[in-house]
Amino acid sequence: MRPPSPSINEKEFLFASLEQALRIDGRALFEQREPELVFGDELGSVECSLGKTRVLAIVEGKMIRPNSDRPFEGTITIHSEISPMASVEYESGRPSEEEGMLSRMLDKVIRRSDVVDKEALCVRAGERVWHIRLTIHCLADAGNLIDCACMAGVVALKHFRRPEVEIVGDEVTIHPPESRAPVPLTLRHLPFVLTFAYFSRGAVLPSAASTASDTIIALLDPNLLEQRLSSGTLALALNAQRELCVVQKAGGVPLEPGEVTRAIEIAVPRAKQLEAFVEARVKDDWERRRVEVR
Amino acid sequence: MSSRIEILNDASLRSDGRRPTELRAPTFEVVPGGANGADGSASASMGLTSVRVEVFGPREGRSRAQALHNRASVNVEVVWAAFGEAGRRRRGRADRRVAELASSLRDTFQPAILTALYPRAQIDIHVHILAHDGALLSTCINATSLALLSAGVPMRDLVAAVTAGVHGSTVLCDLTALEEADMPSATVAVLPRSGKVALVGMETRLHVERFGEMFDVARRAAGVLCAEMRAVARGRAREMLDAMDSGPAVPREGENDSGAVMMEE
Repeated sequence: MRPPSPSINEKEFLFASLEQALRIDGRALFEQREPELVFGDELGSVECSLGKTRVLAIVEGKMIRPNSDRPFEGTITIHSEISPMASVEYESGRPSEEEGMLSRMLDKVIRRSDVVDKEALCVRAGERVWHIRLTIHCLADAGNLIDCACMAGVVALKHFRRPEVEIVGDEVTIHPPESRAPVPLTLRHLPFVLTFAYFSRGAVLPSAASTASDTIIALLDPNLLEQRLSSGTLALALNAQRELCVVQKAGGVPLEPGEVTRAIEIAVPRAKQLEAFVEARVKDDWERRRVEVR
Repeated sequence: MSSRIEILNDASLRSDGRRPTELRAPTFEVVPGGANGADGSASASMGLTSVRVEVFGPREGRSRAQALHNRASVNVEVVWAAFGEAGRRRRGRADRRVAELASSLRDTFQPAILTALYPRAQIDIHVHILAHDGALLSTCINATSLALLSAGVPMRDLVAAVTAGVHGSTVLCDLTALEEADMPSATVAVLPRSGKVALVGMETRLHVERFGEMFDVARRAAGVLCAEMRAVARGRAREMLDAMDSGPAVPREGENDSGAVMMEE
C-alpha cells in the first residue's frame, strides 16, 4: 500500500515558495546537494550520499572465459535492486517501475556509454578475461535516487583496483595485493547524471490550469517532496569533456526548446566540478591506503 | 564504434539513397474502428518501420482502485510482434525495452491529452509494433497521436516525433536500424503549435554542440511531419463529411419507410 500523495497544503506551500525561487531545504534552484563519498575497506566499495539519499555500490572482479563471439573483451554486469528498505514507497516482491527505470539508466550511463574499456580487461584472448560485477544497493531514498546511484556506480568503478596479473608462457599468475599493488581499471570517462525537475501548477492542480498563465519552474536535484510533485523531469548524463551520454526527458510537461539548452548549460560546469571532486577523493583514499601498507 | 557500412558516401547520399535530412516516405492512415470496438485506430509507417495503434476510451475505469478522482488515467500497452524484428526475438511485456517504450509513450501523451475533462475515466492505448527498422519510438508516437485524434480524444496539440542522428558534423534525419546502430541518435517529440518539446531521448555519447544542432534539425523535421499528419486527418474528416452529405445512398432494408416518414413530419 503506497502512502497517500502529498496533501494540498504541502502542494500549495511548495508551489508558493518555488514561485519566489525558494526551496524547502534552503538551496538555490540550480544547486545540487553536495555529494558525500565514504569508501569502504575493500577496493571498489563506496557509499555515496546526496543529502539523505544513500546508495552503496560494490565492484568485484573475477576471471572467466570470454564469450566466443568477443574473445578480446571482458564483461561488465550491473545488478541493482530497490528494496522497501530505501523508502516506504517501494514494495517488495514484484519489480517496480522505478526499479526498471534505475536499471535502464545505469545500463545506459555505465555500459552503453563505454565507461570501462572492455578490451583492457582481456588477460589472454579467448581464454581468460576479467568479469566486473557492479552491485548497487539503495539504502535510503530521499529524492533523486537515480543521480545518486549512477554516481555511486561510477565512483566505485573508479575506486576499484584489480590484482595484477603476470603471464609467463602459458602460466597466468595473479599477484595478491600484499605482494604487488593492484591496478585500476581503464576508464574512458566519468559520466555524471544530473536530473532537473519541472513544475507547472496546471499539471498538478488541474483546477488551476485555466486561471493563471502557466509558467514552468525548473530546479536541479529534486528532493523527495519535489520529486513527487514535479510534472516532468529531464535527466542529463554528461562528463567533464562536455559530452552528453544520455538525455532523457520521457514525457512530462512540454518544455520550450530553450529550456533544454539552458539545462545543458547549467549541467556542463557542474559535471566538471563533480569530476574534480571525485578524482580528488579517490586519490586521497589511495594515498591513505599506501601509508597503511608501509 | 567503427562503422561497417558507409553511412554517407562521397556524394553525401545515405545507404538507402536519401539525402541527409530527407525523411523516409511516411504512411499515415486513420482507420475506422474495427470489429474490436476500438474508438480510434491508426497506423503509421516510416519506411519499413510499421506500427498500429488502437485507442479505447475515454471509458469507465476497469478497476476502482486505479481511477483518479480528478482526471482520466492513461494506460499504454506495447506489443512487439515476434516477426517485427530480424532474429524473431520474443519480447514479452516484461522486456525492459518494451516497458520503457510504454512508459515513455504514457508520459508523453498524458500531459498532451486534456485528461481533466474525464475524471475517473481511463484511456487505453494499445500499440502493436509490426516491423522495426529504426526510428521506432518516433513512429509509435506519431501513430498514437493519430489514433487519439481518430478516437476524438481532446488534446492540446498533436505530438509529432522524429529521430535524428549525427555523422561527423552532418545531421541525418529518420534513421534506419542499420544507421541507428552505428551513430549517435536522438528522438525528439514536439507539440508543433507551441513549438514545445514533449520528449527528448538520447542514449549515445555525443558532444554538447553536436547535440544542439541535431536537436534543432529534429524539431524542424517534426514540424514537417506534423503537417503531413494533419493532412491525413483532414482527408479522413473530409471523407466522413462527404459520406454524410451524400445521405443514405444505399438505403438499408426495412429502415427506409419509417425514416422517410419521420423526415416528412
